[in-house]
Amino acid sequence: MSNFLNGLMRLRRGPWEMLATILIGLGVFMLMQPFVLWLYTYSFIVTLVGTVMFIIVSHFKE
Amino acid sequence: MTDTPATRAAQATPVGVARKIKGLSDRAIAWIFVGPTIFLLLAINIFPLIWTINLSFTNFRANRPNREVDYVGLRNYERILTDSDIWLNMQATAHFLFWTIFFQVLIGFTLAYLINKKFKGNDLWTTIIVLPMMLSPAVVGNFWKFLYQPQIGLFNYVVAFLSGKDPSSFEMLGSVQLAPWSIVIVDTWMWTPFVMLICLAGLRSIPDYIYEAAEVDRASKLRQFFTITIPMVLPFLMLAVLFRGIENFKMFDLVVQLTGGGPGSTTELTSINLKREAFEKWRTGYASAYAIILFVTVFGLASIYVKALNKVKER
Repeated sequence: MSNFLNGLMRLRRGPWEMLATILIGLGVFMLMQPFVLWLYTYSFIVTLVGTVMFIIVSHFKE
Repeated sequence: MTDTPATRAAQATPVGVARKIKGLSDRAIAWIFVGPTIFLLLAINIFPLIWTINLSFTNFRANRPNREVDYVGLRNYERILTDSDIWLNMQATAHFLFWTIFFQVLIGFTLAYLINKKFKGNDLWTTIIVLPMMLSPAVVGNFWKFLYQPQIGLFNYVVAFLSGKDPSSFEMLGSVQLAPWSIVIVDTWMWTPFVMLICLAGLRSIPDYIYEAAEVDRASKLRQFFTITIPMVLPFLMLAVLFRGIENFKMFDLVVQLTGGGPGSTTELTSINLKREAFEKWRTGYASAYAIILFVTVFGLASIYVKALNKVKER
């Protein structure tokens, strides 16, 4: 966990890509889940933030 | 000068053009060749994407092109993301996506594993299994419609034979409970061969000496399957899941032919709903926002898969 946080602080690709991946996965789950409407409402913004983050952080150093 | 294809091509170039090219650098010549492709890519892919993003913030209607267009900000997105009917369409898509990928991977991998065992008539069986994939979705949709007929459909008779029920007592396409499964069955029937072919390529790429070494180490068949076969086929399987996931997320033709989105809207997938908004209700701005939401979702998923695929390849 400390390695992950350290990587985030030092702007390393691995942990940031992991964070973006979690956001995209969460967004897609929120978009298609059958439980709560407000999760669906906020799904797009979560997916969009994750996707844009993924594009940016894939240019970070390893 | 020797007579080679290159010299012949050089001689065929008109003198004026040859004189102009002579002064160009290699980089400039490369740009001349790549330029038309880049231009086409920009014109066909990038420009419509930017235009769609722009339209998604307006109340533009394509059937009233002369009407004044107002910028409505994020209102289209807000309306889509608070609409419980579209939420139901998303759930129908999720059901379709999950179960088709699940069955296609399961059956496709099993078939590939069996076909990979050398037996008589192996190639003939491969050809027969691959046939559904080569048919047009419109044709497949139409003939499965006949197969699903409660009175004359072969599918109902087979189910009736196995379950002892009356063939006309259930209707696959007309029932709210069965219709979502009917489209899953047809898509699985049609596209399992595709997953099978990809898995077969993966299985055939595993060198025999790895299994021989495992035999020498007295590894059981089950152990060989889980420690050699599955890890080495995994990148291929992930590729198949990526392809089928993206394809099925935008599935349209097959479902329109089979159910037309019905009964009610139980099989109305997002792409069918999007087409209705864009070309039946003519709410172009609204439909553009809808398309952008779907695009971002597919783009995000594709990014994750490509990353995962690269990681598996590195192992």
